[in-house]
Amino acid sequence: MHHAIQAERLVKTYGKVRALDGLSFEVPTGTIFGLLGPNGAGKSTAVRILTTLSRPDDGTATVAGLDVMRSQDQVRLAIGCVTQKISVDPATTGRENLVLHGALYGLPRRDLRRRTDELLARFGLAEAADRPARTYSGGMQRKLDVAMGLIHRPRVLFLDEPTTGLDPEARAALWAEIAGLAADEGLTILLTTHYLEEADRLAATLAIVDRGRVVAAGSPDALKNELRGDAIVADLAGTESLAEAERALGRVPGAREVTVSGRRLRARVDDGAAAVPLVLAALDAAGVRVGAITVARPSLDDVYLRHTGRTFEEEAA
Amino acid sequence: MTTMTVPRGGTAVRAKGSLLAHSWHFTAQSVKVLWRQPVYMLFMLVQPMIWLLMFGQLFQRVVELPGFAGINYTDFLVPGVVVMNAIFTGAWSGVAFVEMMERGIMDRMLTTPVRRGAIIIGSLAYHGLSLLVQGVIVITVGRLAGADYPGGPSGILVTLLASTLLIAAFCSMSNAFGLLLRTREALIGLSQFLTLPLMFLSSAIMAQQAAPDWIRTLSAYNPVDWAVVASREALSASPDWGTVWGRLGALAAVALVLGYLGTRAFGSYQKSL
Repeated sequence: MHHAIQAERLVKTYGKVRALDGLSFEVPTGTIFGLLGPNGAGKSTAVRILTTLSRPDDGTATVAGLDVMRSQDQVRLAIGCVTQKISVDPATTGRENLVLHGALYGLPRRDLRRRTDELLARFGLAEAADRPARTYSGGMQRKLDVAMGLIHRPRVLFLDEPTTGLDPEARAALWAEIAGLAADEGLTILLTTHYLEEADRLAATLAIVDRGRVVAAGSPDALKNELRGDAIVADLAGTESLAEAERALGRVPGAREVTVSGRRLRARVDDGAAAVPLVLAALDAAGVRVGAITVARPSLDDVYLRHTGRTFEEEAA
Repeated sequence: MTTMTVPRGGTAVRAKGSLLAHSWHFTAQSVKVLWRQPVYMLFMLVQPMIWLLMFGQLFQRVVELPGFAGINYTDFLVPGVVVMNAIFTGAWSGVAFVEMMERGIMDRMLTTPVRRGAIIIGSLAYHGLSLLVQGVIVITVGRLAGADYPGGPSGILVTLLASTLLIAAFCSMSNAFGLLLRTREALIGLSQFLTLPLMFLSSAIMAQQAAPDWIRTLSAYNPVDWAVVASREALSASPDWGTVWGRLGALAAVALVLGYLGTRAFGSYQKSL
């Protein structure tokens, strides 16, 4: 089995909203795959279909080689699922959460006990294991949540925005755990996120999702390299006509993909450092005052901008 | 509930025959949580005790009305309180489903091989068990307050059985509301809207012979009244077993139908995802 997940032309509509509009991607076995996109792009809908929670209106998908619509029961045994909301039961202890969840998979008692201890140790929850989960910090609850998704040794793990709502420290800790999991357990992980940094750090390959479709896919580096060249971002200080500034920037030799958002101008150039004086001169000549100018190597944000025509921050806001 | 098609292969075999096991796990987990917080058990007893002791005092002389045949009101009230307890406890059970949905626990559970029926059976079993405990306590306290049960143990068993069937019906209804409405407010509003009239349109606290004709007519179709009538009849000195079994059978039918509809509500919830 070469691909752990294969989604082909998935379509799902809710009323008039087309949440998925022919979404296709595939995930090589044993890798971390990122579905990146803003809220409402269709990431969670895709996860709901792949985890047998929801049925697509059209298209097909396999997980661990099993058809998600025809072999629901087998798919459910092969996957672990960590939903967007932390779904531990606050009234019971960490250990009980794991044991009850494991029992749903029919794990034999002794195996379940051993696996529970193993996971509690792995996620640093051994000491808190017998305290009610309501006494856990957000980061600890999320770790327990992920541990629950692993209790039956799934082949594919789904993590739907696993670090949303966590503080930076807890987020970094969870990143380390997730990266380790793929390496140690030979697991395939599908991760959805609206944090560019998260996708960049964890995913071997990723797909950028926009309005229910994949607009770009590949490794983070390949996607960035595709852009060829550096980004120049100029923040305008004055209130001059933006159109004029945009035209002036467009006249700079080698500048391409000029865009405006708010009081911010962007362009792509081959050599950022060499282009800065030219850009400043051109804007100055057009009577545009510049507050700040930065040069950056391509980021996933640039990739996102290139493929959707919008910056990520704009979308997230 | 759908019977599972047993797939071939190693892993899938584990899910075989899991309905019972899963139901047991859910029930045991709920009981464990309740056991750990015994104060909730006390809370659960406050309402029936108020009905039993305060109604018992307040309406003491109601039995002087024609239609009560001069019986002791506490004797009359005990089966009514056990039944009222069943409908009010049952009507709230869907709140747990709403909470599970809000917390994301429901969606996560539906991505596991858990049998959907087990989630419902777990809820019914837990509420049935807590009702049995409360019922026994109410009957005991009633006895201490001076009630007499000439029907003896068989009468008490019928009372508990009737309330168990009734709570199964109300739980299923409440769970279905929870799955369809998905908000606590709507669920509680709708449940209250149904439970109070159903209680007053029964002979739980007032003898039918003392009630107006239209109430008497309506209550003949009211499952709450069937449970009260079956219990009261079985607790009497010379029960008419035909009446008792007839009412119990009708209650079982209602519980089955609502149980089936409750399971269907699960399908409708999942379709909306």
